[in-house]
Amino acid sequence: MKYFMQDLWRRFTGNRRALFFGYVLLFVALALLPFLLSNTVGRTWVRILDFALIYAMLALGLNIVVGFAGLLDLGYIAFYAVGAYTWALLASPQFDLHLPFWAILPIGAGMAALFGVLLGAPTLRLRGDYLAIVTLGFGEIIRIFLNNLDHPVNVTNGPIGINKIDPISIGGADLTKTHELLGIVFSGVHIYYYVLLILLFLTIVICVRLEKSRIGRAWLAIREDELAAQAMGINTRNVKLLAFALGAMFGGVAGGLFASLQGFVSPESFGLLESIMVLCMVVLGGMGHVYGVLLGALLLTVLPEILRSTASPIQRTLFGEVYIDPEALRMLLFGLALILVMLVRPTGLWPAPKRRTVIDQDIVED
Amino acid sequence: MSFLETRLLGVRYGGIRAVRDIDIKVEEGETVALIGANGAGKSSMLNAIAGVLPHTGKIYFNNADLTNKPVFDRVKLGISMVPEGRGVFGRLTVEENLLMGAYLGNSQQDQDADLKQMYEFFPRLKERRGQTGGTLSGGEQQMLAIARALMSRPKLLLLDEPSMGLAPIMVEKIFEVIRGVSKTGVTILLVEQNARLALESSERAYVMESGELSITGESSELLHSPKIRSSYLGEGD
Repeated sequence: MKYFMQDLWRRFTGNRRALFFGYVLLFVALALLPFLLSNTVGRTWVRILDFALIYAMLALGLNIVVGFAGLLDLGYIAFYAVGAYTWALLASPQFDLHLPFWAILPIGAGMAALFGVLLGAPTLRLRGDYLAIVTLGFGEIIRIFLNNLDHPVNVTNGPIGINKIDPISIGGADLTKTHELLGIVFSGVHIYYYVLLILLFLTIVICVRLEKSRIGRAWLAIREDELAAQAMGINTRNVKLLAFALGAMFGGVAGGLFASLQGFVSPESFGLLESIMVLCMVVLGGMGHVYGVLLGALLLTVLPEILRSTASPIQRTLFGEVYIDPEALRMLLFGLALILVMLVRPTGLWPAPKRRTVIDQDIVED
Repeated sequence: MSFLETRLLGVRYGGIRAVRDIDIKVEEGETVALIGANGAGKSSMLNAIAGVLPHTGKIYFNNADLTNKPVFDRVKLGISMVPEGRGVFGRLTVEENLLMGAYLGNSQQDQDADLKQMYEFFPRLKERRGQTGGTLSGGEQQMLAIARALMSRPKLLLLDEPSMGLAPIMVEKIFEVIRGVSKTGVTILLVEQNARLALESSERAYVMESGELSITGESSELLHSPKIRSSYLGEGD
């Protein structure tokens, strides 16, 4: 939403100073948002916001693979899982390792990127549906591995999952606990919100820069026509692997943050439905458009929560009792929304801005 | 050794041998046509030289052995291909398409100079520089594909069926362009079904039949050879 506001602002004013004030306003608004939420609708909503930011990071990572390079990946959640478990294994009583976050974050990102290449290498020749099937399989393999790696040697604790994961701590201060700074009380979810916001901001900057870079152009060429891209002299193998690795990296970072925020990971958080959810965020928001994907991720995490908290009370006041379980209603409305968006806005809610085109001639062979 | 030379070049699709141990030679500055019927293996041959298809045998270019070199290395060495069906990036603008042709480098000034030169060469593309590739007509797309291939400053240009799907007037125009490119000193290997045009615009030609070479010679002679006239130029004996 925030970028949408920015865009509006720019359109209405087209003035540099106004834009600057817009940024300042946005900054203040984002900084105050958690306080506003916890004082009006409750602290749970700050937590939901935290998850929305994690999902946004995840969706932006998948957008590199699916949106930029055009490689349909249905097992993306596997990288999230790799990141989450890396964090869980390196900072929990499981092996009694307690590495600091600044060490685990790059390790998790690196591990995920490595798995990205592992998935990418054998699938280089595959395209479209075939690639989708293999990636789907890959996602399941990772989850099933995590589910069964409790014997013969116990690594992941199997279906029970790993508990008591260390939170991020800076200078010995546990960020999930409440702290007081300059007389203002920050609870754990508040602090995480700021940490996540900074990391998401970094992700956005990297994604926007990537899209406009040489590599971004190469991805675009591959997406449009792989043979022609090769003929341009693009090393399609390396460039595709890079897309997998970079996309996976963001997934890994998001996974690590998820593990530390949650304090607990288990294989069931990384099922196929999660992969599809993230893909929906990308497609619904506007495949290939960074801000569109951001919008998609925020909508698809926040709207279901609003529904969850309002569906039962509304039914109770209207009919006296709850007829439809909010969870069932959620999937129903979600499906409906997907169909509607695909009918009305097939390129997503907020697609990449159209290029300057002068169509004075039909696309015909002359 | 010739500028471009293939030795026992072979291409297989599963069990089918599309190209059977072919030797061809192209000298620097020449335009050589590769003609033949549908499915004779012409395009496979060209794709193997460009490096987008795996092949057996050897390919030498400008005294370098291309045999195990990936496509991008071949582009670096100066081979540029216009793929069959043009391969224009439909959602990129004309100018972005052209710049994609210079993907492997050259300085910004060189790129700008090349771009300017392409626009001089193809004034039609200049008019449409801000339009997306997909909105161009077939002939314009073919021009764009050729111009894009030239952006990498190739020494050898591989053209795959440049007349495909175009109206006769447009085909004439495209071949005018090809002759113009040849005049600038670029060596051209041209795969074409339109045998007459191909022979008229080239110095030498190879005729392919089910994966093998059947006839080779000077294009002007082939134009008058009875066998070529009856099989490829649609004229009775």
